[in-house]
Parts: sequence; C-alpha cells; structure tokens
Amino acid sequence: MWEYSDKVQEYFFNPKNAGTLEDASGVGEVGAIACGDALKLMIKVDPESERITDARFQTFGCGSAIASSSALTEIIIGKTLDEALKITNQDIADFLGGLPPEKMHCSVMGYEALRAAVANYRGEVWEDDHEEGALLCKCFGIDEGMIERAVRNNGLTSMEQVAHFTKATGSCGTCVEGVEAVLEKTNAEMVAEGLLDPAQAFVMGAVPVAPGRQQRKSPVAPPAPASSRMTTVQKIRVIEEVLEELRPALRNDGGDCELVDVEDNRVMVRMTGACVNCQLAAVTVQGIQGRLAERLGMPVRVIPVPAGK
Amino acid sequence: MKAVYLDNNATTRVDPAAVAAMLPFFTEQFGNASSMHAFGSEVGGAVLKGRRQLQALLGAQFDHEIVFTGGGTESDNTAILSALETQGARNEIVTSAVEHPAVLALCAWLEKSRGIKVHYIGVDARGRLDVEAYRKALSPRTAIASIMWANNETGTIFPVEMLAELAHEAGALFHTDAVQAVGKIPMNLKETAIDMLSLSGHKLHAPKGIGALYVRRGVRLRPLIRGGHQERGRRAGTENAPGIVALGVAAELAQQHINDENTRVRAMRDRLEQGLLQRIGNSFVAGDVENRLPNTANVAFEYIEGEAILLLMNKAGIAASSGSACTSGSLEPSHVLRAMKVPYTAAHGAIRFSFSRENTDEDVDHVLEVMPGIIARLREMSPFWDGKNAGQSGFAPTYA
Ligand SMILES: Cc1ncc(COP(=O)(O)O)c(C=O)c1O
Ligand code: FES
Repeated sequence: MWEYSDKVQEYFFNPKNAGTLEDASGVGEVGAIACGDALKLMIKVDPESERITDARFQTFGCGSAIASSSALTEIIIGKTLDEALKITNQDIADFLGGLPPEKMHCSVMGYEALRAAVANYRGEVWEDDHEEGALLCKCFGIDEGMIERAVRNNGLTSMEQVAHFTKATGSCGTCVEGVEAVLEKTNAEMVAEGLLDPAQAFVMGAVPVAPGRQQRKSPVAPPAPASSRMTTVQKIRVIEEVLEELRPALRNDGGDCELVDVEDNRVMVRMTGACVNCQLAAVTVQGIQGRLAERLGMPVRVIPVPAGK
Repeated sequence: MKAVYLDNNATTRVDPAAVAAMLPFFTEQFGNASSMHAFGSEVGGAVLKGRRQLQALLGAQFDHEIVFTGGGTESDNTAILSALETQGARNEIVTSAVEHPAVLALCAWLEKSRGIKVHYIGVDARGRLDVEAYRKALSPRTAIASIMWANNETGTIFPVEMLAELAHEAGALFHTDAVQAVGKIPMNLKETAIDMLSLSGHKLHAPKGIGALYVRRGVRLRPLIRGGHQERGRRAGTENAPGIVALGVAAELAQQHINDENTRVRAMRDRLEQGLLQRIGNSFVAGDVENRLPNTANVAFEYIEGEAILLLMNKAGIAASSGSACTSGSLEPSHVLRAMKVPYTAAHGAIRFSFSRENTDEDVDHVLEVMPGIIARLREMSPFWDGKNAGQSGFAPTYA
C-alpha cells in the first residue's frame, strides 16, 4: 500500500467539495477514463472581483487523485483568478503534506484542470483541446505544453521524473523520443535562464547499445556483418528479413509491424493493429531492436512512427 | 471490527498445524539433513516425509520427482532455463500473454539478452487461451511450452493436460506454473504428459520462501543454483527443513480439504459474486466463469478506479486486490485484463476477491453489505458516472 500522508488520507476519506456545481461559470476537464485518471473541475467566479467563490470536482482515479482534486478546490476558493493561476502542482502536493513520487501526476492533473477551467471561464480555447496530431503522448493524451510546464514548475531533469509527473511514456513507450526532445529543450532553456545547473540538465543520450549484443548469439543468426560496409539497400534487406521472422509472433498478438524508413542507425517502423496500444509494444520494440542490432552488427534505434504518417 | 481477508491469491496464512510442525526444526531438530550424525538423519527423515506428502497431493509417481526450491518464481525460472539447455538446438519458448511476471519477465529478458524467440499466446475476452494459436506456435524449434494451470488474477483454468500432449507431439517439454492451482483443484500428474510443474508454499497455507518444482522422472534438469549435491544435485543449498516440513503438512491438509474448496469455498465465492452483480449495476465478472478456480472472483466495476475502491474497502476491514495501475506503481492496468481486452471503462476498476478455506459466510455478508455503498460513493465522485449510463455497458452481456 502507498505511504499516504495523513492529509492525503483525510482528503480522500472525507473529500471536501466533491460533486457538481449547477451554475458553474467555468469548467475544466483533463485526463480520460482510458488513462486511468480524469478530473472535471467546476468553478464559480464573481464577475466583478474575478474571485472564485465556489469550486467542485468530480474525479475518476486513485486515492491521491481524489485527494489532490479536493485539495485544489480548497486552495482556490476565495482566490482571484490571477492568484489562483499562480498555484503550481507543487502547492497542491505541499498542501497535502507531500505525495509519493509516483503519484505526482495527480497534482499535475489538478494544476492542468485549473488552467483549463479558467480558460473556459474567460472564453479562451484551452490548448489541450487540440487535434490528435498535437499530442506528444497519445496513450495519456499529453501535449508538449503540459510536459514543458511540469518540467519547469518542478525542475524535472530525468525521463523517470517526467513519467511520474505526467505519465507520458508510461505505456507503449512510442513517445519516448518526442518527450526526450521536449525535456532536453526545456532544460536547455532553463539553463540559459539561470534556473538550472548545466550539469543537471537532461541531454539526450547517445544511441543506446542494444543490450546483450556481445553475449551469446542466437544460434540461428548468421555472423553479424560489419554494417559500415553494408549499403542501405543491404541493411533494408536484413531488416525486412528480421521483421518477417518476427511477424508471426506479432500477428499472434493481433498486430503487425512494417518498415517505413532507415536513416543511419535509426529504423522507423509502423506498428499496426493490436500493437499500437498493446502493453507488449514497448517490449516488442525492444525485442525488434535487439534482434536488428545483432543481425546488422551495429547498435540501432527502432523508432515506432504513428500509423498513417 | 473483524478483518475480512480475501486476498488469498496474494498469500495465505500459514496453517497453525504447519507452524506447529515446523517449529521443532528451529530448536531441537536443527541439524543439517546431509550430516552423518543423529542430528542430521532425523532431519533427513522429516524432509523425505515432506516430499512424500507433496507427492501425494500432486499424484506424482515418485517422491524424487519433487525438487524443493525457494518458491514459485525460482521453480518457474529453473524449469524454463533448464529446458533451453537440455533441448539441443531447440531454442524457442511458447507461453501465454497472461503468465505471472515470474515467467513473463524471464522471457522478456531471454528475448533481449539471448535473442530467444518467445511466442506469447493470447486469450479471448473471457481469458481462455487461443489453443489454435498455441498449436501453430509449437514447432521443431520449440524447447519448452510453459502455460500456467490457473491464472492468478481471474482464476481462469487452462487445459494444461491437453496442452502438454500437444507440446509432446511437437517434441517440446511442457511446464506449468501451477502456483495458484495446487491445493485448489485435484491433480494426478502421473496420468498426464506434464513434464514440470511449479508450486509455491505460501499460496497453500505454508510459509513464504519455500516451493517446489515437479520434474517428471526421465526429464533432464539443469540446476539453476549450483553448489552442493542437495536435491540430487538439482537444487544446491542446505535444505530449508522447517519450510519443507511445513509445506508437507500444508500439502496434506490441502488434500484433505480439496472437496471443501470445491463445495463450501466455491459456494461462498459464488454467493459473493452473484450478490455483488445483483446489488451493483455496471459490474461484471472477468474470467472464464465456466472454468475457474473455486476461490477466485474478479469483479470489474465500471467508471471507478481500483485503488480508491481498495482504500475504502481497507477502511471497512476488507482486504482484496486490484489489477489497477495505481496500486502497482505502474501506469498501466493489469496485463491480464488488457490481454482480455476488458474495456477501459472497467479495466481500472477490477477487484480480485480470493478466498481460502478459512473464510466464512459472515465474511461474505460483510462484503455484500459494504460494497454497494463504496461503489456508489466513488461513482458519485466520478465524472463519467451520471446515472444515465447505468446498464449501458456493451460488455456486460458477455458475462451475464
Ligand atoms: C501464478 C504465480 N506464479 C508465480 C508466483 C510467484 O511465487 P513466489 O511468490 O513463491 O515466488 C505467484 C505468486 O505471486 C503466482 O501467482
Ligand atoms: S504514446 Fe506515450 S506512452 Fe504511449
């Protein structure tokens, strides 16, 4: 069981402001049932003073998600919109006496819901309401802005932290590249602004060597050719061969995988069918990567590209 | 408030008789079974007795077909790794997508580090294995097929006896992770084609950290743990005599109670399940209702999340578990429910109730009394529940 603070337990077992607000002046909705947590925040705003006079929440999620939502309503009631917008997810976590690291995304959800509700009240288009394509992490419906904000507000410098705070990359893993890029870019900006020690900034790693390459070769694999001497066409042939070998296994799981492009050591594949959202997709990508590295005799990076791109 | 423990698939209480039997092996009978003197031989006799008790429960032909190990995980690892070494050029594994991590994590590692090909056979919406896919995956390259006897999350039973025969037709070994099945369903291994079987003490009222691997006579075994000659060289390390004694007693008790499991325990489980479905709308059973362990009920409640349910249940004194992402620290719900394609409206709210012979009718009454309130309370807080979607689940009829 999680180590929840007394305050988290209090706000979970006896949540304040749970329910709906009939005459809400602003509503913010974040998350989705598929992702495992979602929050609908309703606020009532006095138009004269722009003060939040009441707030209610409805939450689908775990204990800390419900507690964070309730805490958020307690924090913002009585504040003006501008004051409320200064609140970060850390304030929510602090209010609750801390959250387990893996649960920080619950506080981020509160922070995002508040921004959405205020935008809705002000008649602005909440940037979260974008088309599919703008989402960086499709599994959890997370866009670049949200990752950037979580990184800045909380001084995140590792991919693990980003997953704890936003859940991005936590499922199929196909968004790793994109999320890494945002983390790197944001950290670099923070360094430039003097907000972050350069030594701590995240820098996208060198191409990881496929694990186990030096170990026992699979007996069916031909000796690894020196890839530098391979032409792209030769490489593609080997890659197609490997994918062909793996295809029956993927089809068994109701999915498939095709080669899209090869660029130096980057192999773009398209996962289709059940593979797209399958829990094994990340494992599959790893598996394909390992197998390719072995056969090509060089480290490669397998990058799944979204279907239809 | 009386505590109601319904998480027996996670672990069980050690039976007091097993505790009583093991205690002397910490005090008076502390010898090493390998020693030449009286201290040792006493213990050697006790270990043999434990082996025979377990042999009887499994219906194994010979007592030396039982190799004691440090638990279910070690047994699973030993079986699969051994097969990769003893099966010559065969180097593929056939397993299911719903195995315990003791098998799945090992397979993932073998794929990654050794380039071993692993076939993960899927299941249907009720959790039943795709036997056709299994048949097709078996080939002259298959070293071992490893399919669990019963699933720990849903209780769904796989037809392992038939699967073992199919594996043999392809010349492959067959191993089954029977950690959840042993003691709950009768077995007679000598009449099956099963080559290896893993079990774990703490799932059948014996202590944690003791288990066994059944290895049919004639099946070659490469030890996972090398060292002394204990267990005929198949598992080195001084025998865990107290654990073995307790496991032996627990095995005997399980055999005595196996009818109880399949009558009284099953009846309690069914009453709980039916009662929940009647009292709580938009809920359904996950798993193969026709072919399940008698003690397991996995009930999915739509539009709410499992951790929140468990926290409220815990407050009401009820212990159960959930495949929800939030309880495990991962961000994804259970791989078993996902393999079954349980709709996401419900996958996060699946609760596993698992009984043992120690549960009572009062336990069921208590759960039936408090669950409706817990579910209603969380649904009231859920943005996806507005009362209008009551009964709208397209999934429920599959299980009606
Ligand atoms: C199906 C199954 N296999 C293996 C194990 C692992 O057994 P142990 O805890 O003894 O290592 C468990 C229990 O967690 C299980 O349910
Ligand atoms: S897209 Fe981010 S985890 Fe799947």
